[in-house]
Amino acid sequence: MSKKTQAAVIEKPYHKKLIRRRKPNRSIGGDVALVLFLVLAGLVMVFPIVYAVSNALKPLDELFMFPPRIFARNPTFDNFSDLFVTMGKSWVTFSRYFFNTVFITAAGTAGHLLIASMGAFVLAKYDFPGGRTFFKIVTIAMMFSYYVTGIPNYILINKLGWIDTYWAIIVPAFASPIGFFLMKQFMEGLPTSLIEAAKIDGANEWRVFAGIVMPNVKPAWMTLIIFSVQGLWNNRAATFIYSEERKTLVYALQQIQLGGIARTGQAAAVLVVVMIVPILIFVFSESQILETMASSGLKD
Amino acid sequence: MKEFFKKYFELRKYNAKVAWKKAKISKNCYLFLAPYAIFFTMFFVFPVVASIYFSFTYYNILEAPRFIGIQNYISLLLEDDIFLIGIKNTLLIAVITGPLGYIMSFLFAWLINELPRWVRSVAVVVFYAPSIAGNCFVIFSVFFRGDAYGYVNAFLMNLGLIDTPKFWLTDPKYMIWICMLVILWMSLGQGFLSFVAGLQGVDRSQIEAGCMDGIKNRWQELWYITLPSMKPMLMFGAVMSITQAFGVCDVTMQLCGYPSTDYAARTIVTHLFDYGFTRYEMGYACAIATILFLMMILCNKAIQSLLRRVGT
Repeated sequence: MSKKTQAAVIEKPYHKKLIRRRKPNRSIGGDVALVLFLVLAGLVMVFPIVYAVSNALKPLDELFMFPPRIFARNPTFDNFSDLFVTMGKSWVTFSRYFFNTVFITAAGTAGHLLIASMGAFVLAKYDFPGGRTFFKIVTIAMMFSYYVTGIPNYILINKLGWIDTYWAIIVPAFASPIGFFLMKQFMEGLPTSLIEAAKIDGANEWRVFAGIVMPNVKPAWMTLIIFSVQGLWNNRAATFIYSEERKTLVYALQQIQLGGIARTGQAAAVLVVVMIVPILIFVFSESQILETMASSGLKD
Repeated sequence: MKEFFKKYFELRKYNAKVAWKKAKISKNCYLFLAPYAIFFTMFFVFPVVASIYFSFTYYNILEAPRFIGIQNYISLLLEDDIFLIGIKNTLLIAVITGPLGYIMSFLFAWLINELPRWVRSVAVVVFYAPSIAGNCFVIFSVFFRGDAYGYVNAFLMNLGLIDTPKFWLTDPKYMIWICMLVILWMSLGQGFLSFVAGLQGVDRSQIEAGCMDGIKNRWQELWYITLPSMKPMLMFGAVMSITQAFGVCDVTMQLCGYPSTDYAARTIVTHLFDYGFTRYEMGYACAIATILFLMMILCNKAIQSLLRRVGT
């Protein structure tokens, strides 16, 4: 049925134009109240972030002004340029910290993407003994935050001799359960007939995986990549890495942040630099993430 | 009885045989799963098992672990009053911010869902941003500073509600509540995204059918149609909020200091951090971790059975 005829069926003469376009079960008063509530809540949520950003744009004298203003009167990028000067003067150069973070993030994410999607593929599309149990264990493991497993992990990495190397951060990132979980749930939505057709045409498992499944789950790739990048970007790795030249960017930035009152301006800039990257990544990939999350449900 | 056992074992044997055959056919599956399974076992299964093992020993990394039975648990539960403060705080935070954050996630996701498309995209970013903003929450320490120049103090004093500045982040009376506020601010995480995505997938025709069947307002629609079809996402969101609620430590450590005044902002994870990475009493720390695991799993079970009743 085309849209026009459908509208003709529902349309009744006494319906005003405004009302006809509305969803069922809604009152105008309720809608207005809820939108107002939402705007208010949104302002509360966003205020600290806006405040942090405007703080970073304030020149020093305004930072210490009382009563404070929410927005800077003469916004400058001085704090940011100061920050880069400080970073440039540090014993380990800025580019080295940057390289560390990029390397850790890229290697961890790439490995995670490949390994997790291989595992997720067979769990989603084949039924084999032990598969379901394994998946159940993974869903339980989603609850364990970094600190909870931190001590045995430290002992293990110590035994492997990975303390103070990049591997101490990269390899655990491969095993992140949330990415695996989302990938598996998303792959379940893929039609099985697609795989069967490829099999009949003589493709082996690897070909099916690399040629058919992976190109069809690109939204899930993005989601996996983004969650992994977010985790690794914020990873200070303070317990595993202690040589200055292997420390991550966020760690170095936060060291500047702790530099006391003289660095107030730069600290404000650091806050913005650290938070802006994950937020920007999210903004640009929102639709793909939401597409993946649509299949994130836990069935029992 | 003997007959019964014989039959039972025969059945088990048969089942095992079938499984083995199936496993043989799906050799490739195991090959595909193997890399992930190995890393997962190393970094998520092994730590749990190791935690349980080490929790029965005295271990300080330098010497070999020495078996001491349940001594760690005894001193943890009976002698360590700071740990009891930690449990109390964690439970308080979990009981308040867990459900509240969960409900907030759903409520905002549901309200956002009514908005037109591009407004919705902006709103999702606005609500999700705090949870990924790194350590942006330290900005709250500016708002809640303890002197008269802290914004909240200044504001309340101008209104005349208080006459001396309150030490929001160092007075044991207030700090845990401030931490909860901050945790709530950050609580719209992956569960929230899952809700937003799930709500877009709710079948429109079901809603229209419900309208015909006599559903009158949005609340009835929510309870009878939206919630039941969102059940899988609700479960996922529950797992996510358990993680958040029990794993609290960054916020309290960075806002209230470590250690905090009178340990009033100590959580289980802070305690674990203290014994694991400051005092290197790994056995003791592992006992703490084991208790935390148990709490999380039990809590998860309870919530799942609760959620099964939604919409019925």
